[in-house]
Amino acid sequence: MTTALSPAPFDAARFAEFLRLHHLPARADAGSPEAYWAALTWEQREDTGLDPETLAARYAEFLTLDRPPGREMALHSLDVLRGRDKSGAPERYDLRFAPGDVVCLVGPTGAGKSRLLADIECLAQRDTPTGRQVLINGQPPGDAERFSGESGLVAQISQNMNFVIDLPVGEFLHMHAESRALTDPAPIVDQVLRAAVAMAGEPFDADTQVTQLSGGQSRALMIADAAFLSPKPVVLIDEIENAGVDRRAALDLFVRKGKIVLLSTHDPLLALSGSRRLVIRHGAVQDVITPGPEEQAMVTRLVEIDARLADLRSRLRNGERISAFPA
Amino acid sequence: MRLVTVAGPPSSGKTSLIVRTLLALRDDGLRVGVVKFDCLSTQDAAVFERHEIPALVGISSGFCPDHYFISNIEDCAAWGERLGLDLLVTESAGLCNRCAPHIRGFLAVCVLDALSGVNTPRKVGPMLKTADLVVITKGDIVSQAEREVFAFRVRQVNPRARILFVNGITGQGAWEAARIWRSASENGVLEGGRLRFSVPTAVCSYCLGETRIGSDHQHGTVRKIPIPS
Ligand SMILES: Nc1nc2c(ncn2[C@@H]2O[C@H](COP(=O)(O)OP(=O)(O)OP(=O)(O)O)[C@@H](O)[C@H]2O)c(=O)[nH]1
Ligand SMILES: [Mg+2]
Ligand SMILES: [Zn+2]
Ligand SMILES: [Zn+2]
Repeated sequence: MTTALSPAPFDAARFAEFLRLHHLPARADAGSPEAYWAALTWEQREDTGLDPETLAARYAEFLTLDRPPGREMALHSLDVLRGRDKSGAPERYDLRFAPGDVVCLVGPTGAGKSRLLADIECLAQRDTPTGRQVLINGQPPGDAERFSGESGLVAQISQNMNFVIDLPVGEFLHMHAESRALTDPAPIVDQVLRAAVAMAGEPFDADTQVTQLSGGQSRALMIADAAFLSPKPVVLIDEIENAGVDRRAALDLFVRKGKIVLLSTHDPLLALSGSRRLVIRHGAVQDVITPGPEEQAMVTRLVEIDARLADLRSRLRNGERISAFPA
Repeated sequence: MRLVTVAGPPSSGKTSLIVRTLLALRDDGLRVGVVKFDCLSTQDAAVFERHEIPALVGISSGFCPDHYFISNIEDCAAWGERLGLDLLVTESAGLCNRCAPHIRGFLAVCVLDALSGVNTPRKVGPMLKTADLVVITKGDIVSQAEREVFAFRVRQVNPRARILFVNGITGQGAWEAARIWRSASENGVLEGGRLRFSVPTAVCSYCLGETRIGSDHQHGTVRKIPIPS
């Protein structure tokens, strides 16, 4: 393909955006970075702290961000090979995660959940305190994958997280889509919105300000956004509140989108919903529990109880008097 | 001795990052120390002392803290050498968005706070654009979407930098920062070295203590806002 090598035609709008982001003086008339440089006064050139070659190189790098990153690789499997616990004793399990897995992490605070997550996040190669090794699609990742740009496989959602930007939901999602260089963001933005509204107890729309969303609504939006718009193949959920968001629907959504879900929770419904449960203690995975028929039956009961509580909640919100425990 | 320059807006989490990272490096057996540059006052020395990290403090007062930094960095490095440090970190509050303490040949770190909003990367000057490593703190309290947009906007102004999310409170991510700091060059030469970005050359009468307003009192390099008539 020789066409790929020929320079793209000069795009005045992109160049103007580049100048704006780099705090460089605007000039509408420049037809190329070289012409732009030539048109600057010496005083302006001095101010830029650049030379013409650096300017051209920066602009070329800026343009590469307009293309969706090619190395957003597909993840088929993620292995975490055993390391050692806090006293140096070997861990007993190698772990393999595949897209659509929902894996629960249980254990007291300080037991080593964050360590496990940190190992995945930095793609540990027996060089972290736990001695674990992470494989991507069966292979150790290269240094470029580990230490360039913004690597990191994990999207995180926790109870402490908030939206801080003050924008309507629709614009906010478009802004996120823009950072992914998606060619046609509108349908995805629409999907996120519909999924989020379906999960949230109370309706909202594209014009609602993100900072005005209730706890449940914003959690639902974070979940739908992570499912559809985040490039990260692994999602870590650190306790989601059980009010105002349909947690089972959230898990289903991640499974459908082929995410690997790590759930750090002691909520019975969620903790029993996973396909596996990792018991973490003393800095290591001490046990791997696969729910048996009893636990699966219990989930069915818990879903019923959850639905009744949700019903009770919405009746209270509507100002009803409650005379009996909901059937 | 390795020298790492850390700069970032006030309260962005520089000290938290430095402490977490240096503790990890000290666990690896490195001798570490800090020089903190600030304008008016700082409590940071007490934080470093609490962790038994040797710290030197320089208060620039009326000076641009970055100018002050440049005129003092050699002496500070000599101090670090005398203590037998393997790694010396400088922390400076990037108060003047036009300057940056980053020096060619030495690892340059910029710390930004995710809580400050996704427009921040567009407002910060050379201390972000010329950094090798951009650390984003306080990601624990903002949404994943905002973290991703924030990182993208950092890439837009500095595509070459490594971007790392570090939680200054729990230290999550500091292990990776430590790994990068550890591999910083040990052979940088300060004397005769160059800043990565020129600091302002302007010297006007106000730089020299003038307080009166009016064109009669403006001498030296004076620049005016272009106001359409
Ligand atoms: N939630 C949260 N808080 C943080 C994080 N990092 C730092 N902080 C808090 O932010 C505040 C400022 O942190 P510092 O490390 O003192 O910031 P700094 O940049 O050194 O501040 P100055 O030196 O005064 O400019 C402190 O209260 C920290 O506890 C983080 O990742 N998450
Ligand atoms: Mg500080
Ligand atoms: Zn300055
Ligand atoms: Zn002046």
